[in-house]
Amino acid sequence: MSDYKVPVMAELAAEGKAPEVLFWVGCAGSFDQRAQSVTMAFVKILNNLNIDFAVLGPEEACSGDPARRAGNEFVFQMLAQQNIATLNMYNVKKIVTACPHCFNTLKNEYPELGGNYEVVHHSTFLQQLINDGKLKVEGGEFKGKKITFHDSCYLGRANDIYEAPRAILEKLDAELVEMKKCKTKGLCCGAGGAQMFKEDEPGNLRINEERTNQALEVQPDFIAVACPFCNTMMTDGVKGKDKQDSIKVFDLAEFVAKANKY
Amino acid sequence: MGILQQIIFAILAIGSFYFVSKKVKEIYQNIMMGQKETITSDNAFRLKKTLLVAFGQQKMFKRPIAALLHLVIYVSFVITQIELLEIIIDGFLGTHRILYFSLLKGNFLGDLYTFVVSSIEILSLLTFFVTIAFLWRRNMLKLPRFTKSELLGWPRKDANLILIFEIMLIFFIFCMNTGDKALQLIDPEKHHETGNFVLSTLLAPSLATLPEMFVHFIERLGWWGHIIMVFVFLNYLPYSKHLHVVLAFPNVYFSRPEPAGHITNMAHIQKEVASMFNPDAVQEETNEETPMIFGAKDVHELSWKSLLEAYTCTECGRCTAMCPANLTGKKLSPRKIMMDTRDRMEDLAKGRREHGPDFKDNKLLLGDYITKEELRACTTCNACVEECPVNISPLGIIVELRRNLIMEQSDSPNEWNNMFSNLENNQAPWQFSPQDRLNWVSELNG
Ligand code: SF4
Ligand code: SF4
Repeated sequence: MSDYKVPVMAELAAEGKAPEVLFWVGCAGSFDQRAQSVTMAFVKILNNLNIDFAVLGPEEACSGDPARRAGNEFVFQMLAQQNIATLNMYNVKKIVTACPHCFNTLKNEYPELGGNYEVVHHSTFLQQLINDGKLKVEGGEFKGKKITFHDSCYLGRANDIYEAPRAILEKLDAELVEMKKCKTKGLCCGAGGAQMFKEDEPGNLRINEERTNQALEVQPDFIAVACPFCNTMMTDGVKGKDKQDSIKVFDLAEFVAKANKY
Repeated sequence: MGILQQIIFAILAIGSFYFVSKKVKEIYQNIMMGQKETITSDNAFRLKKTLLVAFGQQKMFKRPIAALLHLVIYVSFVITQIELLEIIIDGFLGTHRILYFSLLKGNFLGDLYTFVVSSIEILSLLTFFVTIAFLWRRNMLKLPRFTKSELLGWPRKDANLILIFEIMLIFFIFCMNTGDKALQLIDPEKHHETGNFVLSTLLAPSLATLPEMFVHFIERLGWWGHIIMVFVFLNYLPYSKHLHVVLAFPNVYFSRPEPAGHITNMAHIQKEVASMFNPDAVQEETNEETPMIFGAKDVHELSWKSLLEAYTCTECGRCTAMCPANLTGKKLSPRKIMMDTRDRMEDLAKGRREHGPDFKDNKLLLGDYITKEELRACTTCNACVEECPVNISPLGIIVELRRNLIMEQSDSPNEWNNMFSNLENNQAPWQFSPQDRLNWVSELNG
């Protein structure tokens, strides 16, 4: 049994301490089983690098992204204002999150409501650690394997982050192959805009099936994702093709943690 | 040019400017039906976008071949304006090629004139081929983005019509220049030299073998044909997707500066929720009345910027070709969102002009033009926004209509209602207690 530490903000504050960075776990990262493993992988990295972090735990509320995008501004405002009150109370300066939706909302939509923080997505955060020489990534089990990266809409088109995830994957000594539609032209996984929480509208195909087909075209060993919802969608898509034994879907944090045998 | 021609020209010119300016005013009023929205960009940002995206056609080059073809038409359109300017002066003053004759002849500007008109000729020839290619692409090649249902009827005719206008215009330019040169060859005493343009100089000798009267007719046909096509085009523009040749510039100039992921804040709801959290807080005095509307159910509830975008849309379908919902067979097509908005705007504005500002026709943008099935298929992925060559956001309109569906009409799929109540009760889209947010920690160390 290892002993990873997950400091909680309220407890630190009670001791009069403030962490350097707040890890915003997000609802998926907290509750969704698949996303929980990503959360754990990321916490392992933070622990191994002795990064001074904390989580909000029960005080964290949904960022409000699905409510706002579904069209329910009331619910969005309630969640956002509650979160901003909490974050401002703890005087939070810097936030890292593994969810592009939380990242986008906190970074782009909280400032006009009075929440001003430095918000980074874990892809940029990890890339920075690598650049600073703090994080070393070896290929490990991924050496020589074929990996294709699925761009998340809320990282890529929404916030122009295309290189950081690829920079991390490049450290794995793997073969990075691009799908025909990638970067600005990347196809959505189908979960955004609160679609995650309802049935698809009538059509020929689910969007995640289409995206999985595109991923399978390049015959990867792994599909890399940087978002808990893309993760669900691509995992389901691969299962639908009965390929779950030969193709694994992993988040960037999982690649790093596994490669480093954390 | 005789006085009679001068008079006819003046009547046509003044008439066509009168009608077009009336229509321009209408379009301006239609756009201003929309809600106030402050575009928060600074001048540097605006200028940069205008230079790169509008003048530079930057986003067109995501599809290099189409971009190159379009560029030929674009450059040729722009440079032909110089010759057009001369035609208009000549028309009013009864002169002939006044730029060459009275201003430029004999100095280096004369050579410049020859160079410019020669370029017009070469570009016109290229444009001719491109136009044929575009007609073929639109009507023979079954490109998905040109065969979607929203293009049936008028939009398709509109696209073809403009290409045919284009061909006629080119034909008239060559009639005019070649006729002119041929007349100079036939009788250099009467018809003074006006510069040697690269293509018409090649064609003129064969035309010069025909009777002078006929050649003269060809020259006049070209001149009049050209200017009449221009007047027709000008008055046709406001009804056409080709309005983008003008509106692309202001539309790109007023590009929203926020990252694409940002969705506009609803200030009045922000205030209401804030006072719920903190009832004692002194309410800021605001003179500005923020209208208590919940998104948009009709065009006048959309921002003026969205309405400008609707008029700017070129109906190219690049957005729809990349839309994940459309690609997987859902009804949503972001191009249709823009076209519906424009159609509704025209319908509503017409009614308001005829029957006063309270005009109602029992129709709404939401429901009668755009259905909720379309709106609900959107993943807010921004592919449409990214693709649009003239910086239009169909997503902006979709979000406003969705807001109305949910907040004003309480029309929401059941799963979303469950999500909303979970979010309200336990701050997560699923039914988990906040106390369980750290359950994964025990597994981490388990
Ligand atoms: S944002 Fe909506 S309309 Fe635009 S491409 Fe994505 S799914 Fe289609
Ligand atoms: S919105 Fe933009 S991309 Fe879509 S059809 Fe109109 S001009 Fe083309």
